[in-house]
Parts: sequence; C-alpha cells; structure tokens
Amino acid sequence: MVRLPYLTALTTLFSYGLLFAFGQLRDFFRKIIDWSKSTSKGLKGYAPICLGLEDFYTRRLYLRIQDCFSRPIASAPDAWIDVVERYSNDNNKTLHRTSNTTKCLNLGSYNYLGFAAADEYCTPRVIESLKKYSSSTCSIRVDGGTTDLHNELEELLARFVGKPAAITFGMGYVTNSAIIPILIGKGGLIISDSLNHNSIVNGARGSGAAVRVFQHNNPSHLEEVLRELIAEGQPRTHRPWKKIIVIVEGIYSMEGELCQLPEIISVCKKYKAYTYLDEAHSIGAVGKTGRGVCELLGVDPADVDIMMGTFTKSFGSCGGYIAASKEIIRYLKYSCPAHLYATSMSPPAVQQVISAIKVILGEDGSSRGAQKLAHIRENSNFFRSELQKMGFEVLGDSDSPVMPIMLYNPAKIPAFSRECLKQNVAIVTVAFPATPLLLARARICISAAHSREDLIKGLEVISKVGDLVGIKYFPAEPPQHQEQGHKKLE
Amino acid sequence: MASAVMNMTTAALDWVSVAFDAPLARAVVFGVHIDGHLVVEVLLVAVILFQLTRKSYKHPKKPLTEKEIDDLCEEWVPEPLHPSISEDMKAEPPTLESAAGPHTIIDGKEVVNFASANYLGLIGNEKIIDSCVSSLEKYGVGSCGPRGFYGTIDVHLDCEERIAKFMGTPDSILYSYGISTIFSVIPAFCKKGDIIVADEGVHWGVQNGLHLSRSTVVYFKHNDMKSLENTLEKLTRGNKQAEKMRRYIVVEAVYQNSGQIAPLDELVQLKEKYHFRVILDESHSFGVLGNSGRGLAEYYGVPVEKIDIITAGMGNALATDGGFCTGSVRVVDHQRLSSSGYVFSASLPPYLASAAISAVNYLEDNPSVLSSLRSNIALLWKGLSDVPGLTIASHPLSPIVFLKLKKSTGSSKGDLELLSNIADRMLKEDSVFIVSTKRSVLDKCRLPVGLRLFVSAGHSESDIHKVSGSLRRVAATTLAEHL
Repeated sequence: MVRLPYLTALTTLFSYGLLFAFGQLRDFFRKIIDWSKSTSKGLKGYAPICLGLEDFYTRRLYLRIQDCFSRPIASAPDAWIDVVERYSNDNNKTLHRTSNTTKCLNLGSYNYLGFAAADEYCTPRVIESLKKYSSSTCSIRVDGGTTDLHNELEELLARFVGKPAAITFGMGYVTNSAIIPILIGKGGLIISDSLNHNSIVNGARGSGAAVRVFQHNNPSHLEEVLRELIAEGQPRTHRPWKKIIVIVEGIYSMEGELCQLPEIISVCKKYKAYTYLDEAHSIGAVGKTGRGVCELLGVDPADVDIMMGTFTKSFGSCGGYIAASKEIIRYLKYSCPAHLYATSMSPPAVQQVISAIKVILGEDGSSRGAQKLAHIRENSNFFRSELQKMGFEVLGDSDSPVMPIMLYNPAKIPAFSRECLKQNVAIVTVAFPATPLLLARARICISAAHSREDLIKGLEVISKVGDLVGIKYFPAEPPQHQEQGHKKLE
Repeated sequence: MASAVMNMTTAALDWVSVAFDAPLARAVVFGVHIDGHLVVEVLLVAVILFQLTRKSYKHPKKPLTEKEIDDLCEEWVPEPLHPSISEDMKAEPPTLESAAGPHTIIDGKEVVNFASANYLGLIGNEKIIDSCVSSLEKYGVGSCGPRGFYGTIDVHLDCEERIAKFMGTPDSILYSYGISTIFSVIPAFCKKGDIIVADEGVHWGVQNGLHLSRSTVVYFKHNDMKSLENTLEKLTRGNKQAEKMRRYIVVEAVYQNSGQIAPLDELVQLKEKYHFRVILDESHSFGVLGNSGRGLAEYYGVPVEKIDIITAGMGNALATDGGFCTGSVRVVDHQRLSSSGYVFSASLPPYLASAAISAVNYLEDNPSVLSSLRSNIALLWKGLSDVPGLTIASHPLSPIVFLKLKKSTGSSKGDLELLSNIADRMLKEDSVFIVSTKRSVLDKCRLPVGLRLFVSAGHSESDIHKVSGSLRRVAATTLAEHL
C-alpha cells in the first residue's frame, strides 16, 4: 500500500493545476498567433489528427521533460551503459544526438539475470545458429517457419515451467493480445486485476467478452465480484456465463509487488473460474531455481490453467510463450492468429533463450545459473532494505527485483532524473498515464550483473540526489516506533 | 315518510346556507373575500397534493440471500477452455533443419522452398550475417526494455533514419514485430467516432487494428475501385458532420489473401476528392515493386507525400523481423507516445535492426535483384498457366502467386482439404514445398482459399520448372475425381 502524505498530495495537485493553467495560456496564445497567420496549406478539408485537448498532456507537460525519456544508449543494456548525450535548440521540442557518450550505472533495464550483453555460453551458440539458420525464416510458423530450434525451445520451456506443453511467439505483447480472444469470446467473462498491463487490456477488449476489474491483489474482493457476477449472469439476458477467466500478473511492473497467488487460486477453484497468470517479470527472476512466482509461493503449476511469460526480461532475448495442457496448446496452434499470421521468432533469439534456460537449470555444466539467481535475490533485498533505511518510500515485496521509489510531485520527476544522470546513474522515471496522476515514481530494476560496489555507488548517488530533491518522506523512526512503521509497510 | 325526508333535507340545506352565511365563512383575509366554495376547493387541492406525494406501489425488491448465491455458484458449470480436438487440429507443419532459403532441408531431404517470403533472396547473404554477428557481439541479443526506458539503442535510430532516407519521407518509426505494426498504428490514429473504409480482403492484423480502434468501419468489395467510390460517396454525401470527423481508407499494397495489387493512382484521386487519409500496408510490396524497390508509390509514379501513413513488416523482403511506419513528421511523432505496440513493448533486438540497415543498403546498391525477381515471377506464371483444375488469381507482378480451384467443392473447409492434400503430396513425392492458405477462426475475411507460392530472386530456373512440373502432375491426379 502506498502511503501518500496529506501535504504532498496537496502540493502535487497544486503543481499539476499550475502546469495545466500555464499550458492553457500557451495554447491560447498559440491559437491567436496561428489565426493571424494563414492556415496550413494542403490540409484544408481534413480533420486534424489530434483535436484540442487530446494531446494537451503531450504538448504542454510531457514535451518539457522529454529529455528524461527515450535516452538512447550506445552499448549493450548491461550493468554499465553508454548513454548518448543529446541537445536541444528549441526548448526540448526536438532533441538531436551528439557523438559523445557518458558511462552510467544502469538501474533501468530489465536485465534481471544479466544475460543482456554478450555472454560466454550463450553468444557463441547464438552466432552459430545465426550462421546456420540466418536471421529470419521469413515465414509464418505453420508454413515454413518452424525449425527444429523452435521445437526444442518449446519442449525445454514446458519442462522448465512445469507444464505439459508450450507454444512460443515472436513478441510478448502480441502473445496476450492474440491468445485471449481465442480462449474466450462473446458470452464469456474476464475478471482482471485493476493494474494489469496494457497488452492484457487490449487482448480482453479484442475478445468481445465482458470485462470486470477487481481491486488490485485483493482475493476477498475477487471472491465478492465472482459471487455477484455468477449469480447475476450475463448483463440484460441473465443467461449463465459461458466461462470465466481471471487474469493476474506474477510481479506487477509498476508496483514491484508479488501477486497473492495461493489465495487467488483457491478462490478461482472454488468458483470454477479459469486462471491465467502473466509472468512477464517474474519468470527466471524469482524462485529458488528461477521458475517464477509459482515456485516462490509454493503453488503447483498444475493449478494454474494458463501460464504466460516473456523472454525479454530474464532471458535477454525477445518473444513470449504460453504454457498449458497439451490439448489447449494443440488448439492454440490450430487457431491462434499470432501463430497463423505472424513471422516466426528469429532463430538466433530462439537459441539465446535455449542457452539461457540451460544456464539457469545448470545443464551447461557450470553453476552460473544458481549463482545468478542467488545474486539477484541478495542484490534486491540489500538494495531495498538500504533504501528503506534512508527514508525513501519504496514499494514492492522482498525478493522482487523491481523497486519503485515514490516521487509524487511532477517537478521532482525531471529533477531526480537529471541530477542522477549528472552523477552517472541512469534512472527510469514514470508518471501519468502509466501510473495514477498523484503517484509518479522512479523505478529501479536490479540485475544479477550488478556487483556490490555498483549497488553501493548507486545508493550513494540516490541518497544525495534524494536529499537535494526532497523525497525522503519517511525518515527512519527511532526504535520504539519501528514496529508500527513495519506494519504500515505491509 | 316522504315528508319526513323532505323536512330533513330542507333542514340540512338551511343549516348549510346558515353555515355559509356565518360570519367566519365571510371572513376577509388579506382583502380577499372568502366564500364557502373556496373552503371546498382548498380541501380538494390539499387531497390532490397528498395523493401526489405518496409513493406509487412497487413490487418490493428482494436481493438474493447468501444461500441462494451459494446455490447458483454450485450449479453453474463452465464450458471447457478449448473445444474437443478434431483430427485436422493434430496436423503438424514440416520442420526445417536449415535456413529457409530457396533450398532447405526437411526431414533430412533437400527440398525446393516456395514457402518463405524471401523475395530478394537475402537469407544467407554474407554481408547481412556479418553485420548481425558484429551487432550480437557488441549488443547481445535483446534490448531489455521499451523504447522509453533505455531500450533505444543507436542502431534503432540509425535504422529509422536509413529507412526514411530510402523511402524519401521525413521520418520513420520502428516496431518490434511485423504484425503488431499495423494493429498498433490504426488505433493510434483512429478513435471512437471516426470513419474507416477498408477493403474486405485485408489480413487479420488489419482487422484486429480496426476492431481495437472502435471507429465505424465500412468494408468495400475487394480491390474494386467502383465499390470504393460508391461507399465514399454514400458516407460523405449530405453529411455535414463527416467533415469534422477523421476519415481513413485502409488498403494493402499486395494483399496476402489474394495476391492482388491495389491501384494506387485511382485511390489517390478518390482520396483527394473526398478528403480521406490513406493508410497503406506495404508488407509484401516493400523491396519488391517499383524500379528500385521503394514500393507501390514508386511503381505507380505517385509522389510518396500523397500517402499519409505507410506501414510495412520487415519479415519479408528484408529478411529480418519487426516493422516500420513512415509518413510526415507529425504522423511519426504522434505514434511515439500513443501507439501501444511501441510504448508498452520491448524494442526490436539490435541485431535485427542492423540486418535491416544492411538489407536496405544491399537493395540500394543492387537494383538488379529486382529484375531477377520479376523474371522469376514471369517464368512461374508461364509454367503454371496450364495446371489442370487450378487458376492463377493474383496480379502478374505480385511476388505471392495465388492459385485457386477452378471449381470449388462448395465449402471452404472442403477446398482447404483438397489443397492441403496437394501441398503435402508435392512435399513428400517431389520434394517441393508450397503451402495452402491458413485461416484462423477469428479471421473475418471471406475470400476464397488457395495455394500460395512465394517467389524469390534466389530461385533458379530449374527450381521454377520443377515446381510447375510437380504441381501439374499432382493436381492432375488429386483433382481428377473432383474435376
């Protein structure tokens, strides 16, 4: 639960109000100036791409701090990266690259197990497969796009995750958008967590089923919603629902929290709803052997009907997968549009995932996998506890490698980001619309490639900048009040 | 008796008139004479008001008790997640054991491959593989983040600039997957209340984009410009509101479902007459049509600025993966914040972006590869002109040669069975790999199914003769009973 101090809420609202007022003023003057000049040629009779307030946020708020986002890098997204310097001649409206780079500590990329850069086991094998299979098959999976690499990956993946069969796709986003419409259609019901990712929302919308939301990570509210909706039936006709799917994520990327999987599974089993678990951020990153939230929370993979994940985060590749029973996978292979219409996954990327899974399982003959897993767990717990000691408001459960630090005020977003960059630490800041309006944050992603010295340097810089910007909202309380403080953090 | 009643009524009447004449009934309140009838009227009004304020009788609503809800939940039985598995669902596609070039190895045997959209023969090209290797060694495989959060690598920006320079447009934007390009671009520009006119033969990616955009979609007959004109006329005639809404026409350059080519010159005329914007999907025409491979606009001699939005998947002629979208600066900038497939998804792996740059460089340096492709297509057309039972239904310049049955079995399922039979036999007996159309249950396209051959500039003459000969033989035997 996020704690929002009353005074901070007021000041944040005031800042946004001020920015909005200034934005409207500038829009007003822009309209006057444009009206006195001639209308733009060639676009007469065409409605503009964005009318009025539709892109107000983009033009007046986002463009002012554009240099904090989309920073290009000139190296692999490893623990240390070369951030390209950019300059602007027109007050941040357009940014131009220079050829100078600064070496910065990377606390923003999803590189949980450190497979991002060239790896001693994976890269030679990837290059070999590139020379054998070339960079693309130029064909869809059901035509000529299935190579023996793809089959090998699917078997290995099914074994790794603990399900009977698996199917892979070239992009994680497409996996969600194309699978959900196949599993459920009109007459069905999707109940999804309120903070689910955009790809799940898109898939749910594209399916045509009714969509309801339950309070984030709250199994008792889920039970309430299920009881109410099953008793009511479909809207207006009150016919019984054809089927119900509950969609949750393993680790929520903006909160760093683990989902309360055992309780949610027991609720779903009681009411005969199907469960769909999206493990984009948790597969490979949590759990004793890297098998995700099911292993961490002690849930049997057979209890989850469909497990989905991506290869971008922990395996250093690209693509997504679905693991489920053999019949479901067979049906998906027959009808899923992403399987029937999209180019198959690039063979070198497939080989990277195969090698990464082998390293994690220890099948490459070394113990690097176990070392990486232990490393990321230690790093996350160390970093989080240090940040909390310093007085930052840090979200997320222990063992989770994603930790958001709350900023709240819109002006602190560019301040934090730019000051950290000046001291050679690359930070990711997120604001509206990816998060609620008042809850802007800086998100840290820890990697197994970070060494203890890297983390200590990061902590120093963050502490200094935190003092400068003023985000240490909850300084460490004296020992008598420590217990209450811990309770609030739950 | 009667007189007693009469006496009583007279007495009552007298009493009433006395009451009316009483000084109280003649009171003057605020200068208004109060007569007796006013009392009756006031009482009447009071009764009416009283009735109006009473709530009407409604059947009392009883919410379900906990036990009833429990019972309902017990009784409810969901459908299974998947329908029962039928025989045709168990078919497995052939597995390749080498690169998907013009010749590939399936099950240990070498086959002639007409199933990969490797139009320029770039699979296995030395220069591209070298650039990929150096990219892999420098950047690793994945980019580990979306474009907004340190997932923008300098090769992405270089690739965008290269493509924009090649196409002659001001700017372009890269997507990480071919099919997600079009279904992210359409919802970024078309919102609820806009009008979209689309061809009925567009592929699933476009259909999904149209569905997600929540705009009003009107389909016109496949590749029929007359039908398009009628639709545009109907939508804009006398409709004042239409001018305030954004209006789009969505077409593909080379249709995947039929191999037809959209007539761009007529399209641009219509678009300018009715003030619609054009979204053109050039996945199968980029690097194929036009003297230097710049796509449909070059082929028809239309200036590329007239097309508002061009998207293409790079998984075909450029032999990599991913997609791009180009247009004016306004169009491209708008997508950087509002296109969901760009903002919420990890970026393209850097080695694929370097492969794209090398492929575009290769295409610009060797335009002769386009003439080899064209002569291969022409040769294949000649060879397939007399296949029994099948006719060529695609455009003579389309790199997808689409064959459909002369006489349909009556259902597309039956057609598909026959065609898959032909393709399987060709693979097993003659080692020639072609494919039939695949349709998902979600696909709304109703165009006829057929056989698809993807011609590549890397095919040799003997390959083309082999495939025409094999197709002739197998079609003759398989369709003998059916003809």
